[in-house]
Amino acid sequence: MTSKRAVDITVKVNGKEHSAAVEPRLLLVHFIREYLGLTGTHIGCDTTNCGACTVLLDGRAVKSCTLFAVQANGRELRTIEGVGNTSALHPLQEGFKEKHGLQCGFCTPGMIMSACALLEKKPHPTEEDIRWGISGNLCRCTGYQNIVKAVQYAAEKMSASAPQA
Amino acid sequence: MIPKAFDYCRPKSLPEAILLLQQHGDAAKILSGGQSLIPMMKMRLAQPEYLIDINQISGLDYIKEEEGYLKIGALTREADLEASDLIRSKYPLILDTAFSIADPQVRNLATVGGNLAHGDPANDHPATMLALNAEVIATGPEGQRSIPIKDFFVSLFTTALLPNEILSEIRIPIPPTGSGGAYFKLERKVGDFATVGVAAQVTVDANGTCQQAGIGLTNVGGTPIKAKKAEEFLRGKALDDGNISQAASLAADDAHPSSDLRGPAEYKISMVRELTKRALTKALNRASQAH
Repeated sequence: MTSKRAVDITVKVNGKEHSAAVEPRLLLVHFIREYLGLTGTHIGCDTTNCGACTVLLDGRAVKSCTLFAVQANGRELRTIEGVGNTSALHPLQEGFKEKHGLQCGFCTPGMIMSACALLEKKPHPTEEDIRWGISGNLCRCTGYQNIVKAVQYAAEKMSASAPQA
Repeated sequence: MIPKAFDYCRPKSLPEAILLLQQHGDAAKILSGGQSLIPMMKMRLAQPEYLIDINQISGLDYIKEEEGYLKIGALTREADLEASDLIRSKYPLILDTAFSIADPQVRNLATVGGNLAHGDPANDHPATMLALNAEVIATGPEGQRSIPIKDFFVSLFTTALLPNEILSEIRIPIPPTGSGGAYFKLERKVGDFATVGVAAQVTVDANGTCQQAGIGLTNVGGTPIKAKKAEEFLRGKALDDGNISQAASLAADDAHPSSDLRGPAEYKISMVRELTKRALTKALNRASQAH
C-alpha cells in the first residue's frame, strides 16, 4: 500500500499551537484523539450522524469525523477540554451537572460544543432554538429533556454574569 | 473508517485549481464542504488520488443581486444562507431549502456549490434551483460558461461539468413581483435525506393567474426532477385548489422513486402529490403577500 506525502500542519488547539506531519487522509477526530491525546472528543458513529465528535473550528461547530486534519492547518480548534475543567466549570458543564443532562456521558462533549456555539449566536435561546441547535447531536440515554434544561441553565447563568451593554 | 491514501493540494486561486484538475484528470476530486464527499471516501465509495481543497480560494463566497440575478458564490456555506438578510427577506424558498439540509454542524461546512456539483438526487438544492430556473456557472481553462440547470443533472452523481471545470457560481433570475416559493421535505427524522422533497416557485398576476411555475422534486429518481407537465399545466390558470390538485398529480407522474428503507415507491409517489399541493399552496400564499 503506497503512502502519500505527509503534510506539515500547525493547528491552535484550546489556545496552544501544535505542529505535526500527517497523512492527508488522517481524520481531524483522529488527530485530536491520537496525536494530541485529547480523548474528550468521541467517535460515536463515524458516519456524520451522531455529533459526538463535534468541535469548534474557528468558532463554528463542525463534526470532526468529517474533516481531514490537513483542513485545520493554520486554524483554531476548541475541544471540550478547552471549555472548562473540574476546578473551573463552564456554566454549560455546571448545567449538565445540576440538571442531570447526562447518563452515560458519551454524547455530552459533543452536546456541550454544539450548545457553546448556539449560545454564542443566541445568548437567550428559546426551547425551540436549543432543540434546533442540538439537532445534529444524538443522545440514546436521556430523551433530551434534561439536556435542554442544562442549556437553559447555562444561558441564564451566562447572561446574568454578562456585562450590561 | 479510513479513506484510501491520497495526495492533498490547497490551491490559492481558481486558475491554480483548474490547472491541477487538468494535470490529474479523473484521478482528482474537488474538496468543497466535504460533507458529501468525505463520508463517501471513508466508505471507499470514492477513491480520488488527488484531493483539491478549494476552501482557501477567496472571492467564491457571496450572496448578491446584480444585473437581474441573485448570484450565489459556490463556496457559500448553508449557514451563510441562513444568516443572510437578503435570503431571509426575498428568497424564502432558498431559506427553507438551506434549513432543511442535514444539521447545524454540517451546514457550517456544506456549500451550495458542492450540494449541486455532487450530483446526488437526494441533495436538496437541486430541486430548488430547478424550480427557480437557475444557471450554473462553470469555470474551466477557457473561461466561464453558463449551464441551464435543466441540463445540469445528467445521471446519478454525474453532472454536465467537464473534468477540468469547477462550479463557481449559481445564478437565479430575480423573480418578478408577485412571486413566492416554498420547499417541503418529508424526512424520517431531522437531518435525514428526503423521503420526498418538493420545491415550488410561482408568479401570479394581480388577478391571481399563474404567470410562471417551477416545480423540482428531490430523491424520487436517479437525478433531481423538474415536474414540467405540472409547470406547463399551471401556466395561465388560477391557482385554486382544483388546479393545484391536478398539478400535484402531474408532478407525481414525473416521479420514479425506488422502494427502500424510506418507504415503498407507491408511498413516495403519494407523498410527491401531497407535498406538491402543500408547496404550491404555501408558494401562492407568499406570492400574494409579495404584491
